[in-house]
Amino acid sequence: MPTKVIYNAKINQIQILDENGKLDEKLARGGLKDAQVLKLYEHMSICRHYDEVAFKLQRSGRMGTYPQNMGQEAIGAVALAAIRADWMVPCYRENAALFLHGLPMEKILLHWMGDERGNQIPEGVNITPISIPIGTHMLHAAGIAWALKLRKEDAVAFTFFGDGATSEGDFHEAMNFACTLKLPCVFICQNNQWAISVPRSKQTASETFAQKGLAYGAECLQIDGNDVFAVYKAAKDARARALKDGKPTLIEAYTYRLGDHTTADDARRYRDAKELEMWRLRDPLIRTRKYLEAKDLWSDDKQKTLEAKAKEIVTKVVKNAEGIEKPTNDDIFDHTFAELPEEIIRQRDTMHTHSLGQRPEQETLRASARGV
Amino acid sequence: MANLTLVQAINLALTQEMEADDRIVLLGEDIGLNGGVFRVTEGLQQRFGEDRVVDTPLAESGIMGSAIGLAMAGMRPIPEIQFEGFLGPAYDQLINHGARYRTRSRGAITVPLTVRVPVGGGIHAPELHSDSPEAIYAHHPGIKVVMPASPYDAKGLLISAIRDPDPVIYFEPKRIYRAFREEVPEDEYTIPLGKAKIVEEGSDLTIVTWGAPVLQCLEAMDKLPDDISVELIDLRTIYPYDMDCIEESVRKTGRCVVVHEAPKTSGFGAEIAAMVQERCFLHLEAPVQRVTGYDTIMPYYKLELDYLPEADRIAEGVMACAAY
Repeated sequence: MPTKVIYNAKINQIQILDENGKLDEKLARGGLKDAQVLKLYEHMSICRHYDEVAFKLQRSGRMGTYPQNMGQEAIGAVALAAIRADWMVPCYRENAALFLHGLPMEKILLHWMGDERGNQIPEGVNITPISIPIGTHMLHAAGIAWALKLRKEDAVAFTFFGDGATSEGDFHEAMNFACTLKLPCVFICQNNQWAISVPRSKQTASETFAQKGLAYGAECLQIDGNDVFAVYKAAKDARARALKDGKPTLIEAYTYRLGDHTTADDARRYRDAKELEMWRLRDPLIRTRKYLEAKDLWSDDKQKTLEAKAKEIVTKVVKNAEGIEKPTNDDIFDHTFAELPEEIIRQRDTMHTHSLGQRPEQETLRASARGV
Repeated sequence: MANLTLVQAINLALTQEMEADDRIVLLGEDIGLNGGVFRVTEGLQQRFGEDRVVDTPLAESGIMGSAIGLAMAGMRPIPEIQFEGFLGPAYDQLINHGARYRTRSRGAITVPLTVRVPVGGGIHAPELHSDSPEAIYAHHPGIKVVMPASPYDAKGLLISAIRDPDPVIYFEPKRIYRAFREEVPEDEYTIPLGKAKIVEEGSDLTIVTWGAPVLQCLEAMDKLPDDISVELIDLRTIYPYDMDCIEESVRKTGRCVVVHEAPKTSGFGAEIAAMVQERCFLHLEAPVQRVTGYDTIMPYYKLELDYLPEADRIAEGVMACAAY
C-alpha cells in the first residue's frame, strides 16, 4: 500500500494587540469596541490592585494561602464575550473573568480566608466555585454543557485551567466527551509557562498545548493571552461555533504568571529573573493602556482617578470579607447533606465523637468531664 | 547525632537510602530544583541528578502508575503525591494495580514502592490540603500504611518502608513537619513496620493514636488530674498494626480511648475498638471511646481547630471514659 498523508494539522496563533499597544486593524474588525477596552482596562487594573492587596493580607497574617493572578488579567475579556446564561468553570487564576461575570469580589478573598461561604455563589450567577485539584473540573464543564444542550438553552460553558492541568487524564476525558457528544463547551488553557516550579518544557513535549485538542476533534488555536482583543475574539468565535456546530474549541492563551504560584511559593528558587523581566514588558495592563493613550482615550489624570477608584473598591471588598462574622461550629455539619443523618446531628449537638456523656442518663459523667 | 525536624529526618533517610541503593528513583511534582513544596526533597536533585530525582508532569495517576511500572521492573521508586487531597487520581493505580500485583501474579510480580504523602490538618492550609485518609488505604488489602509522629521514628520507619518488598503509603503529618526537633542518629537504623511505640507508660487508661495527634494527646494528658495515669501508644504503622501492644496495654488499664483526625465513622479507631472488645472483653471497665474528627467534610481553616481532636476534647473524652 502506498504511503499517503491522511491527516494534516496546523495551529494558528493570533495576536491582535501587540506588546507595544499596536493594533492589527484588520484582525480587530468586529471585535472589541473602545468602550469595552476602556471597561476592561479599568477592570483589569482593579483586579491587579485586588491581587496586590490580597498578597499583603496573606503576608500580614490576615488571610491564608493565596494564588496571585498578576499578569493574567486579560482573561477577563472572556466574560465580555459571554452572556449571563453562560457558565464559567474556573480553576483559581481567573478572577478577572469571574468578577465580570457576576462573582462578588469578596467571595474569592473569603475562600482563601478559610471560609466556605466564599464558595456560596449567588443565585443566578453561573459560576462554579474555584477548583483546587488540578485539571479535574473541566469534566464538570462538559457535563454542564451537556445539560445546556439537553435543555436546549442558548448558552455555553467556558472552562479555565493551566498548562499543568493538560497532563491530567481528566483533561483528555473532558475534551473527548465534549467533542464526541458535540457539547457547547469552550476550553481555555492559560499557559502561564509554569506549574509551580515545573516549566512548560518539562510538562509536555508537544509543540503547543493547543494541538492537544486536535486529536479529539476540537477547533484549536493559540492566542496571545495578554492581548484583550485576541482573548475576546477567540472566546466569541468559540462560543458561536459551540452553539452553531456543537464544536468545542481549545484555546491556548499564551501568558505568564508574573507572581509566585501562591503565597506559599518562592519562584526565585527556580525561575530566571531575566525571564520575569522580559514578561513584565508584555504585561496586559501596559499594552492596553498604550492602546488607549494612542487613541486619546486615556491620560495620567484618568489613571489617577482609576487608582483612587480601585483603592476604594478593594478597601470595601476587604472590609466586607473581614467583617463577616466567623461561622459557628454548626457550620461544619449543616451542609453535609440535605437532611442530616442522626449521627451527624448527635456529633453537632454534642461536639463530641466519643459516645459517653451524650445521653441524659450520663449527665453526671458530662458534668465531671466538664471539670477538665 | 543531630537535632532534626521531621522534614530533615525524612530528607536524611532519603539521602542515605539513595546513596546505598542506586535502584531508588524519586518522582513527583516540584520535588527537584524546588525541593518539594515542603522542602522534604531539598538538595536531592542537585546531589543525585535529574535522572534519580524527577520532576514529572502534573499527573498523579501518571506518577503512581509509572512508579508501579518502575517497581515491577526492578527499581525502587519513591513517588511523592503533593498533598493527600490529590491522591484521588492515583487511587486507581495504587489500589487496583499496585496493591494487587503480588496476589494476581501469585508472587511472580512485586511492587516495592514507597509513596510519600503529606497528610492532616492544623496548618491553615487551603481546601483538600488537610485531610486524613489513612483508613481508606488501611482498608485495602496489599498495601501497608505508615504514619510517623516524631523525627526519630520518621527516619527509621521510612528506611523500613523503602526496603519493604511491598507497596507502602508513608503519610507525613504536615502539622509536625517543623513543630519540634529530636535527636536523630546519623547512622542508618530501621524501625520495624507494624510495631507501635509506648510514648508514656500508665496504668489507668490507654490512649491509642498516630501522627500529629500524639502531640495533642500529650497536651491533653497535662490537663488531666494527677491521679489518672494514662498510657499513650503511638501506633506508627496503621497497617499492619500492633494489636499485641494495644491488647497488653488495655488488659492492664481496662480502658481505651482512640484519637485520630479522620472522621469517626469507619475511621481506623473503629477497627481498633472492635479488636479491643474481641481480645480484651473481660478486662474492659468501660466502652472503648473515640475522639476524632467529625463525620463531615474537613472544614476550611477558620473552623479546622473545632474539627480536629484538640487537647480539651481529648481530655474530656478521657475523663468520660475514666469516670465510667
